[in-house]
Amino acid sequence: MSLNYLSIIVFLPLMAAIALALLPRMPLKLVKYIATGAASTVLALSVYLFCIFDRNASGMQFEEIYSWIPALSANYHLGVDGISLPLVVLTALLGLVAVLVSWKSENRARELFIWLLVLESSILGVFCSLNLLLFFIFWEIEVIPVYFLISIWGSGNKRSSALKYVIFTLAGSALMLVGIICMYFVTGTLDMVALEPAHGALATIAAPAMSTAPIFFMLLAGFAVKLPVVPLHSWQPDTYTDAPVAVNILLSGALAKMGGYGIIRLCVSLFPESSQRFAPIMLTLAVISIIYGGILALRQTNLKRLVAYSSLSHMGFVLLGIFALGQTALIGASLQMVSHGLITSLLFITAGIVIDNTNQPNMAKLGGLARQMPVTAAFFVLAGLGALGLPSTSGFAAEFTVFLGSFSSSAVDGIKWFTAVALLGVVLAAVYILWTIQRVFYGPAQASFDSVRDAGKLQRIYCGLLIALIFVIGICPTILTSVIQNSAAVIVSLVGG
Amino acid sequence: MNLDMLRPEICLAVTAVAVIAVDLFCRIKWLVNITSVAGLLASICMALLLIGNSEQSIGNGLFILDNYAIYFKLLFLGIALLVILASTDYVKRLPKLHGEFHALLLTATLGAMLTAAAHDIIAMLLSIELTAISLYALVAMLKNTKSNESAVKYILLGAVNSAVLLFGLALIFGFSGSTSFTTIAAAVSTIQVGNIADHAGLLFGLVLTLAGFAFKIAAVPFHMWAPDVYEGAPTPITLFLSTVSKIAGLSILMRFMLTAFIQTDSLINNLGIILAIVSALTMTAGNLIAITQHNIKRLLAYSSIAQSGYMLIVVAVAAIGLHSAASISNLLYYLVAFAIAEVAVFSVIIIASRNADMDDISDYAGLAKRSPLLACAMTLGLLSLMGLPPLAGFMGKFFVFSQAAQNGLLWLVLIAVVNSVISAYYYLKIVRTIWMDAPASADAVKTSLAPKLALLISCTGILLLGILPALLNKAAEWGSFLALWN
Repeated sequence: MSLNYLSIIVFLPLMAAIALALLPRMPLKLVKYIATGAASTVLALSVYLFCIFDRNASGMQFEEIYSWIPALSANYHLGVDGISLPLVVLTALLGLVAVLVSWKSENRARELFIWLLVLESSILGVFCSLNLLLFFIFWEIEVIPVYFLISIWGSGNKRSSALKYVIFTLAGSALMLVGIICMYFVTGTLDMVALEPAHGALATIAAPAMSTAPIFFMLLAGFAVKLPVVPLHSWQPDTYTDAPVAVNILLSGALAKMGGYGIIRLCVSLFPESSQRFAPIMLTLAVISIIYGGILALRQTNLKRLVAYSSLSHMGFVLLGIFALGQTALIGASLQMVSHGLITSLLFITAGIVIDNTNQPNMAKLGGLARQMPVTAAFFVLAGLGALGLPSTSGFAAEFTVFLGSFSSSAVDGIKWFTAVALLGVVLAAVYILWTIQRVFYGPAQASFDSVRDAGKLQRIYCGLLIALIFVIGICPTILTSVIQNSAAVIVSLVGG
Repeated sequence: MNLDMLRPEICLAVTAVAVIAVDLFCRIKWLVNITSVAGLLASICMALLLIGNSEQSIGNGLFILDNYAIYFKLLFLGIALLVILASTDYVKRLPKLHGEFHALLLTATLGAMLTAAAHDIIAMLLSIELTAISLYALVAMLKNTKSNESAVKYILLGAVNSAVLLFGLALIFGFSGSTSFTTIAAAVSTIQVGNIADHAGLLFGLVLTLAGFAFKIAAVPFHMWAPDVYEGAPTPITLFLSTVSKIAGLSILMRFMLTAFIQTDSLINNLGIILAIVSALTMTAGNLIAITQHNIKRLLAYSSIAQSGYMLIVVAVAAIGLHSAASISNLLYYLVAFAIAEVAVFSVIIIASRNADMDDISDYAGLAKRSPLLACAMTLGLLSLMGLPPLAGFMGKFFVFSQAAQNGLLWLVLIAVVNSVISAYYYLKIVRTIWMDAPASADAVKTSLAPKLALLISCTGILLLGILPALLNKAAEWGSFLALWN
């Protein structure tokens, strides 16, 4: 390995953003091409890594270690395993899609692309970092681009939504920082690989589950805000409703996965005893998120708000899969993270097209759009089918694996009941998705929407790409599971499930 | 007397006199700026040349030359240089006081440098007064009602504070029989652990002395003067007050605690808890009151009070854990990170108010459109104060918090992180105004070269120290000399 692929992947968008920031007189067209070029290069590189990833190994791959802060014995340490690599590819893909979605943007467009690229860098950094301090830095950097993106390019009550997002995130990450500091002074290292009990350091505390429990919960708080988990979700509907579509894609598609990834990487693998001990609580929260999100989605009239609640409900499956603490369930959870990223992004894009072109976010006033915008309708229906878990879509593959895994998991008592209740979430999803399709796209065509434009050429391309991926993963999930399974096995073996 | 070890100070004193002479005999005003900048640069060079000298006392134990003192000397000189660079346009608002402004700024810096090197009660008191008296005059320089009011407030409260400090030090002298830190330490070390209560006079003196220091660094409950004085003072002086004056107070507090009172375990441990409580109160009060402010200088005054709270964590840790070497390097790092962020933020205010005061937060609406450079600098500074990675302020907090957690002050760390979240609210309020509100006028804000240089240096510092803290950590480890005292 001659090149530092991961460093290039993480920092290329940032470098492009800095270049754009330093050249204020650049024509807008060039700005767009540079942003697209950077995002595509990152995607190409991450796909390349995905292809050459050694599927038989279980440890970290493509590692890079450089000395960084000797006083804390902290290294600049990057690397990916089977859990993080699919998320890196997903983020790179959604980063490109987010840039393309903003293609027609006129208002302060240069800044828009700068912040999108910074955001992409920070998310990629989180997935690649193997040092807690580095992880935390990338984790926090994300707040600023999101704040600017929502409060400048958002809609509705954008400023207060942006501030709400920031305060929730900072509160969560403040606790996480305390957790990281505690872990540092207990173990004396900030390296995630060294921290894993299998490698020794945290095990040397010889601590019973009780004394590490506060650290476990402090870390969990930061991740649960991001995921989000009820009751820490209240920022999410406002933020998703008021954010521009490009941010919706990165927030729900990639940023929310930072929460799931963090729980797997830090909570479950570093605190197996606590995870097992508190799994029933987490499973209860997961089930509540699934059902509560589903029920609230049923009651929404705003199209984007509906997608937001459906996202909350679907991320509940990720939490269910993780805290079932079984190998199949964990693979399912990882699969669900990727699948949810694709499906929710597509839902947000199509909802955005509908809202932008009709200027009407209220579903009660929409209707019969299948005639005026047939292509958009088809995209939305296909994404909706993925969301409700139709076989042959990635949604089915992921949720089925989660259910199969959690139902058969032996690590937690009463897991079968949790699984059974969570299954109701799938029924709810079917109801609100089909009802939405009916309300928005079917029924009598309204004359006022006769001049509405359908999805443009560029929009068709990236929506088509997302749909293709949803079906490819749905039909042939081994593309992903072959990468995930060894790493999942390592983590599950720690828990003993 | 090895006065040659005081070369930076002597150079600065000479420069101050030279500035007055130039101002008196020369009609070209910018020569004053040039003289003071040249003097500061010369002084910085001389301070750099002192590095590597063995630790030694100067003037029969009045002052001490050690890495700790050299570090602070360089820090004060650097900040003073940036303040003078940033205010080259602003001083045109003080046409008749051009020379006085620079000369007094230099003497105030001189006082701060001597404070950090003081190793004797008398020397310490005189150095502190040198800074304070120079600042009394500087605060009044705008000669308008607000400026006069804050100057009177500062003088009155400052005088009371000096009296309290003097009384406390007199008691300590009375009960230990010496003015030298070393001898006081020896006297204190004879006190048996357990019968500290028998030495009520000494304790009383110590408490009064700590109150005096708390006033200097604007710690609760001795913080009331800060917002009023910060608001009315000329902005460069506000910057100077919140950086050099405050840091000088902290430097002597840390040295006084760790050299004169380190020996009696239980005494210092009890003090540590008191300091920790003061720290928690200071940051909470500062942050909560800052939320309601509309005047940017008042807001930054409260933010600066809150920052004193974070700094006091280090002092409390040093007192409780007796981990002086690590504490000192953490404090030094935090102070530099704090100072450059303050310089960045205040420089923008100084530049923006070159013609008239721009004190209201709403005056900065749409600054991003009027001057992207100023907007970026201010945003960087505010985010660094807020403690957002990868900026210097975050690393400072990380070092401070992790050490506090290691020494059993986890509760304080929790309060501190909650405070950081609260502070995000008002820092982001300014950021939002800068980037998202519509500007009142579309005119670009004029900036000349020297202030731009100050902005550039501080912004580079914020980023560089945040991403590669090891750079300064190497330097900060010089401060570890105090470990020898244990």
